[in-house]
Amino acid sequence: MPTIKLVNVTKKYGNITAIKNLSLTIEDGEYLCILGPTGSGKTTLLKLVAGIVKPDKGEIYIDDKLVNNMPAYERNVAYLPQYYALFPHLTVLENVAFGPLSKGLSVEEARRISMQMLEMTRLAWRANSFPHELSGGMQQRLALARALASGAKILLLDEPLGALDARLRVELRYKLRKLAKENNLTTIHVTHDQEEAMIVADRIVVLRNGEIQQVGSPLEVYNDPKNIFVAHFIGGANFFEGFVADVDRYGSWIQLRNNFLLRINDPNRSVGERVIVMVREEKSKILKAKKKREEINVFPGTIVNTSFLGDFISYTISLDNGDKANSKVPLAKAIGKFKVGERVYLYIEPEDVKVYPYPPHGLYKEIEVI
Amino acid sequence: MRGMSESRSIGLVIKKLDEFSSNRLMKLFLYASSLIFFFALVLLPPLIGIIENISYINTIIYEQSLLSRANSAILQSFIMAFLVSILDLVAALPLAWFIARSKSKVAHLIDTLVDIPFLMPTAALGYSILLFWSDKYGLSSLLGVKSLIPPGFFLVLLLHFVFSYPVIVRVMVGELLNYREIYEVAARTLGARPWTAVRTVTLPLLKPGIITSFLLSLARSLSETGATVMVAGSWENGPVFLFNLIEMSEAEVPSILKNGMLVYVSSFLIASSIAVFFLISLLAPTIRLPIRRVFPSLEGKMSSLKAVKLRDSFSLLILFLIVIIPSIFIAFPMFESILGGALGSAFSPFGPWKDYWRGMLISYGVSLLATLLNMVFGLPMAVIIARRKLGRVSTILKAIINIPIIVPSIALGVSLRLFWGKYASIPDFWTLLSSHITITYTYFVASMAAAIESVPQELEDVASTLGARPFSVFCRIIFPLTRYSMFSGAILVFTRALAETGAAKAVAKSREFWTLPVLLVNWIKDENVPITQKALGAGIYMVSSFIFLLALRLFFMKRKE
Repeated sequence: MPTIKLVNVTKKYGNITAIKNLSLTIEDGEYLCILGPTGSGKTTLLKLVAGIVKPDKGEIYIDDKLVNNMPAYERNVAYLPQYYALFPHLTVLENVAFGPLSKGLSVEEARRISMQMLEMTRLAWRANSFPHELSGGMQQRLALARALASGAKILLLDEPLGALDARLRVELRYKLRKLAKENNLTTIHVTHDQEEAMIVADRIVVLRNGEIQQVGSPLEVYNDPKNIFVAHFIGGANFFEGFVADVDRYGSWIQLRNNFLLRINDPNRSVGERVIVMVREEKSKILKAKKKREEINVFPGTIVNTSFLGDFISYTISLDNGDKANSKVPLAKAIGKFKVGERVYLYIEPEDVKVYPYPPHGLYKEIEVI
Repeated sequence: MRGMSESRSIGLVIKKLDEFSSNRLMKLFLYASSLIFFFALVLLPPLIGIIENISYINTIIYEQSLLSRANSAILQSFIMAFLVSILDLVAALPLAWFIARSKSKVAHLIDTLVDIPFLMPTAALGYSILLFWSDKYGLSSLLGVKSLIPPGFFLVLLLHFVFSYPVIVRVMVGELLNYREIYEVAARTLGARPWTAVRTVTLPLLKPGIITSFLLSLARSLSETGATVMVAGSWENGPVFLFNLIEMSEAEVPSILKNGMLVYVSSFLIASSIAVFFLISLLAPTIRLPIRRVFPSLEGKMSSLKAVKLRDSFSLLILFLIVIIPSIFIAFPMFESILGGALGSAFSPFGPWKDYWRGMLISYGVSLLATLLNMVFGLPMAVIIARRKLGRVSTILKAIINIPIIVPSIALGVSLRLFWGKYASIPDFWTLLSSHITITYTYFVASMAAAIESVPQELEDVASTLGARPFSVFCRIIFPLTRYSMFSGAILVFTRALAETGAAKAVAKSREFWTLPVLLVNWIKDENVPITQKALGAGIYMVSSFIFLLALRLFFMKRKE
């Protein structure tokens, strides 16, 4: 199982820098998800590892071997583009046998391996079909079978579930991880779907404008986002602007708009510092006006909108200070409890608040994804 | 056993080529040889030929009568080309619409028939049109007049209209089939009458296709020589003037003056054609179609079933009366000659038919060689352009490979004759071959580049990550997916080379190197040659060309299966 290492890699397309001085190590057998908005450099990163594009600066190592000038056909990686790039003129079997034949195996051996892979992906019965005759899910499995048959130990997946419908996407993401782990593959999986990344990844890399924003386990990235962009991109979050009004031994007081005061458990702030505070939507609790018990971090407001999200209901509350917040309440607790126009309180536990320095270009510029 | 060892040796060759293809130096060599072929054989010789001899122009300054005749001919070239292209566009667009949108079986038949003038060698086409409209043999005899449309401006207009017509129909049918009708449907759901939707939505979106077909028609009209000479009478455009000038004896025009005039007209035609094409290519996309105002009542009437039927009937009338029937009219005198027993004399090894068969051999030989060389050296160039192997240089190459089809072929021939003529050791056959290579190069490279561009780059990338080396990727992915385009491009090159008259006439120093179209033009212009001989000569040429094309098509179709 190979290790992949990128050291200070930069890749430009004309005046556009797709990858900026990026360094990253992917361990043996790791399932790494690259998460980022459109144009963040995710696909370029995959192509750099695959050897389809060459870096302008920096080094790429596979198993400690510098591969900057090694052509794609010698790297022993399998690359799956978003729409799979199945060869339309070849049958299912011929598609799968392409890799083994390209690597010099005899026709009989290539056929044996290909049939094995088709059995594993449950496509053996369609061996003589052409790719366009298969359903979306089958095409995805065929692309995987083709990649596995090539004997590659590195699997590079570019939005592998993007072309599938929602139901199939959910079903296949578990299978994808299982298959990669069972075959001891080092996998890089590019996606813009944070839920998908959370579920399949050992580690997540959040990428923006060609730069790594954060690397960590799904839990780390979700619970402890390193910056406002990561906090916004992964999971729903409420952001409030304010400044540090007071600091004591146990924490600080943040003054939000219209003198609303928010208590946080962070004593290491400076009085007068301009900040952005972030609270996850599910940690932003909603209380009936008459049940208000807490003394701090309780902000009055009115429900202005509700959205049904399946397992949750999301309430949008217009706070009396002019800010807006979303609160995600599990369906079982929310049914029939709150309605639009109702006066409520938003309650935030001090330990659930993350504080970030106010970004130089403002909050909206910081969380922009385009 | 033998088969197995053969296949093993083929396998070894492929393996060796595969290894070669991953060698950086080999790749460089392949691309470099393709670039050298293009610059050294296709692009630079005609340009250098003209530039080196530009001083000859001094000799014509005092020849006012010949000079004004030359200037008038150049002007007539452009008047004719613009007029024909506009008329063709107006007439061909409704027919393309009918073919692309009609659900009837008639549309399929029309779709096939429309290609007839395109498949016919232009010399045969020219003679057929001459016989139909002008000769006492054709429509004139039916109407009891001496010559319904005598050779001259109008007959040339009809001829150019006919051979450009299928090109425009073919391009516009392709554009209409690729066009997503959903835009038109959206416009109609917003209250636009069909005609309004077409005028304000579809036509502006089809503008690139309209410009392309206009330019192709312009290029064909500016370049065509052989058939134009047959039907021009005393009227002259640039190519006809050059043809007549080449025909003139030393007594009529001294050679120094002749060379000066050839250089003057050729350089003028080359420079002005390139300028006109680049100007149109740059400016035409910026022209806005008048789409703001809507005329609900008038456009409602124009969208009525009656109006649509009238338009379709008119389009079909033009197709049959002006395009198809005059094009195939040559079949009548040809069959008459055969029935009259002239076929036997055609196979006589003596007299005029000896020259005829030699011309045919030269034509087919040159065309085949030009096709093969263009395929071998054009393919890497198509890859360079389609896959942008040289970055911005690839974009520039994509533009300049079009120059050979923009430039009038006889002017190109004149400049090649001047370029190669200075090397005494260069055989005449080479000059002839080089002119055919130059004229047809673009057809193969452009069609192959377009085909390769249509294959997603991702297929190559994936094949490469699966372990396939560049040669394998080409053989197993690119070639199977572009095979049909490659063969179509080759057939296009072959057809164009076989029909070329202007350049072949310009480079042929003696009758020994006359290609078949050149010989036929001379026969047809010669009043002493009997009509049976002319018709049979043109007919055999046409039939042989059809048979050859059919054989190639069947061969490739079989391969495709």
